Amino acid sequence: MTRTRTFVLIGVLVALVIAGVGSWYASSAPDGLEATAEEQGFASTARDSAAADSPLADYAVAAIGDDRLSGGLAGVIGVLLVLALAGGLTLLVRRRPTEDATAPPADARQH
Amino acid sequence: MHVPDGFLDATTSTGTAVVAAAGVALALRGARRELDERTAPMAGLTAAFVFAVQMMNFPVAFGTSGHLMGGALTAILVGPWTAVLCLTVVLMVQALVFADGGLTALGTNVTLIGLVAIAVGYGVFRALRAVLPATRTGLLTSAGVGAFLSVPAAALVFVLLFGLGGVADVALGSVGIAMVGVHLLIGLGEAVITVAVLGAVLRVRPDLVRGARHLRRASALAPRPSLAGATAVDVR
Repeated sequence: MTRTRTFVLIGVLVALVIAGVGSWYASSAPDGLEATAEEQGFASTARDSAAADSPLADYAVAAIGDDRLSGGLAGVIGVLLVLALAGGLTLLVRRRPTEDATAPPADARQH
Repeated sequence: MHVPDGFLDATTSTGTAVVAAAGVALALRGARRELDERTAPMAGLTAAFVFAVQMMNFPVAFGTSGHLMGGALTAILVGPWTAVLCLTVVLMVQALVFADGGLTALGTNVTLIGLVAIAVGYGVFRALRAVLPATRTGLLTSAGVGAFLSVPAAALVFVLLFGLGGVADVALGSVGIAMVGVHLLIGLGEAVITVAVLGAVLRVRPDLVRGARHLRRASALAPRPSLAGATAVDVR
């Protein structure tokens, strides 16, 4: 059986390839909400996000001219950022190993 | 379906922000019971994977595209409370770093994609899992239907919010028909991706799929090593 660490590593690599390379081939057609907003005439009420000036806004690295490289790098940065934040958050929230290994289930709920 | 700033008025956006914050607070408590040493890395991986796949807009009819929401997939992989945390992180990074989805709309997006899609996707999955056979096919069918329905459900809640606090003065009925219609199509894509990813993980490491624990119980007579031997597709 694939070890958990190997599994997670392969999974992260797959995510990096999807975001870094695959995203270039994603459809650039408006998504369901954008298309509905256009069609129903309320697209103009959308306002630019306060984050619109972010150096990574719209999945492009502002400093890189090449679209493909810029988008791919933005995707890679995003995957690593989400991995770090979600992984870090869930590590903080998780049950502690000591609690897991030694305490019977009833004790694990004392607070 | 990332709602931009401006579509909904301030009152509605504040309301969804309160709902989202309450949901995340509950999830922080609930996820504690779902997460341990082994599942915590899975949660990070799942969030990163959903972020990546959300970049892959796929075409649907009428010059429109859609992408995975990932509510059902994440909840089945890591548990529903942990999934709320995972998708909230994804949506925050998208809004703050990539300007995808508004900042004042962040509460709306967490409510729609983080809470509604997970509640409906996972709820339908659990309901179907209870009545379908405890097999791989039964599990994947439950997951696919849950994933499919989660997308138009989130779209429908957007329409309700738009009815409450939409800035534009347009007919709600036609917005509703258009939104739910196109998201039924996008939901098919959601189901395909969800079933494909779950199928792949089940093949390699079924024990890492939280929503498939009853499958392992069904085959609990087999000792661990032979269970591993029967399911291993070694991808070293």
